[in-house]
Amino acid sequence: MIDLVIVGAGPAGLCAAIAAAENGLKVCILDEFIQPGGRLLGQLHQEPNGYWWNGIEEAHKLHKKAVQLGVDIHLGVSVYDLQKAEKGWFVYSSDKIFESMCLLLATGASETPIPVPGWTLPGVMSIGAAQVMSNVHRVKPGEKCVVIGVNVLSLAITRELQLCGVEIEGILLPHPNLVSGESADPERVMQSLLRLSHLAPSPFIRFGGKWVTPKLAVQFFPKKGFKMWGIPIQVRSRVLSILGEKQVEAVRIANVTPSGDSIPGTEKEISVDFVCIAGGLTPLSELAAIAGCPFQFFAELGGYIPLHNEYMQTDVQGLYVAGNITGIESAKVAMAQGKVAGLTISKDLKALKDITKIEDAVKNVVVTRRNAMIQFHPGIEKARTELYNEFSRSRGKMISI
Amino acid sequence: MKSMRITHHPVLGKLEEKREVKFTFDGKPFSAYEGETIAAALLAHGVRTLRIHEEKKSPRGIYCNIGHCFECRVRVDGKSVVRSCITPVTDGMSVESGMLNVSASMKGVKP
Ligand SMILES: Cc1cc2nc3c(=O)[nH]c(=O)nc-3n(C[C@H](O)[C@H](O)[C@H](O)COP(=O)(O)OP(=O)(O)OC[C@H]3O[C@@H](n4cnc5c(N)ncnc54)[C@H](O)[C@@H]3O)c2cc1C
Ligand code: FES
Repeated sequence: MIDLVIVGAGPAGLCAAIAAAENGLKVCILDEFIQPGGRLLGQLHQEPNGYWWNGIEEAHKLHKKAVQLGVDIHLGVSVYDLQKAEKGWFVYSSDKIFESMCLLLATGASETPIPVPGWTLPGVMSIGAAQVMSNVHRVKPGEKCVVIGVNVLSLAITRELQLCGVEIEGILLPHPNLVSGESADPERVMQSLLRLSHLAPSPFIRFGGKWVTPKLAVQFFPKKGFKMWGIPIQVRSRVLSILGEKQVEAVRIANVTPSGDSIPGTEKEISVDFVCIAGGLTPLSELAAIAGCPFQFFAELGGYIPLHNEYMQTDVQGLYVAGNITGIESAKVAMAQGKVAGLTISKDLKALKDITKIEDAVKNVVVTRRNAMIQFHPGIEKARTELYNEFSRSRGKMISI
Repeated sequence: MKSMRITHHPVLGKLEEKREVKFTFDGKPFSAYEGETIAAALLAHGVRTLRIHEEKKSPRGIYCNIGHCFECRVRVDGKSVVRSCITPVTDGMSVESGMLNVSASMKGVKP
């Protein structure tokens, strides 16, 4: 029987496989995408020291290492159900049923959509879709675009689109509705932008990050927006609707007051041939729910999180989680978490050669988190502590049953 | 139609030449790079509409591009509900927008 089946060949799944295979476990990874690497494949960021974090290269390195260690990787295979067996798991996939002792869910995250009138037109896509199209498939999603949603991911990916020769008309706020929530509020958005001042080549943001409150920054916000890497960022304009007959032809926008009300008479149309919607990320955790994991909501981590501890164990025996399914963070953190999971599983299957490695790997997750260039939320570390505490409390209860 | 392929990228470099394969979309011939997805191959030729909505009849294309939303579903060699954004093109593949063979009930007509 297979010792460990991993769902997801992203950075977390690959690193877990490497750590487990290094300890002699028989490991199999299942992933529905055409290439291994998960969302790491599309990533392309310039770090403050000028070095480019090239996700495709990083993914190739991890894949090569896993293959050298004998990890069996099945691509184009979707997992849609799980069942606990007497000893281990049955994993139902579009290929066949896999049977394993332990199961690691490393399914990553999905993007939160923001519905906008006209958003079903061909040419409207999530910002991550545009990232994968241009950086992984090397196909330009269009010539000229508007991005809806101002956040760390939209800024990073819009810059990547610009590198591919796409003309960016601007990054604007969404229309306020039940789904868009805080992302439509200029002040809240300014608050999160100011936190990115360490990334910012724009003096407005750099200066603002140190000295200005979000309220003041919105009031003094230049009417035409300001530019970051030459990309106009407009927290005082919003997209009202997307227009087009058979595909995207234009967007209709309006200016907003600092408190977020549309200013009548400022509506105008901008012609574009594609639109990206950037609503942020949320853990992709359905399989953990099927497996019977308890969940808890943490806004800082991006939504409902399967309860787990810092060793990546869940409340369900033989079931582990790692990477963005445990909360939204960058790929380096997912890699560090994957390693912890691989080592813990090796220990639980009595295969771990050097037990001290686990504590080192757990510490490394914390250090990697603190040094991460892209921080998805300022409260991640605190939320993680709360989550681990909650896990020990609920586990106490479980054991007493 | 001009190709949308990014042949030169300032950081990722030159696009690697790959073997070409042929496929059809609603009967029209297209070429693709071996191993690339149906959605990417069609977009490279400027095709964005992958299907027509079963009830609303509105055109639909890719949305998430990573297999989560099912907006890009097409029919491949007779098999329906295939996600074109995560399915690689193979030589001789026949892809349909899915509207050609929908049942009367799917079109909103009482059988
Ligand atoms: C669209 C998108 C873009 C992102 N861009 C960035 C970015 O630019 N910078 C950044 O720092 N972070 C980005 N992230 C965050 C990203 O999630 C992390 O950086 C990192 O990739 C998480 O690693 P992971 O291993 O947890 O999951 P992922 O890298 O998401 O890998 C999960 C894998 O699991 C597979 N999978 C999921 N469910 C199933 C199933 N049921 N059956 C089979 N296979 C399955 C998927 O196909 C995928 O390959 C992005 C996330 C998304 C969703
Ligand atoms: S575009 Fe979402 S599943 Fe293909």
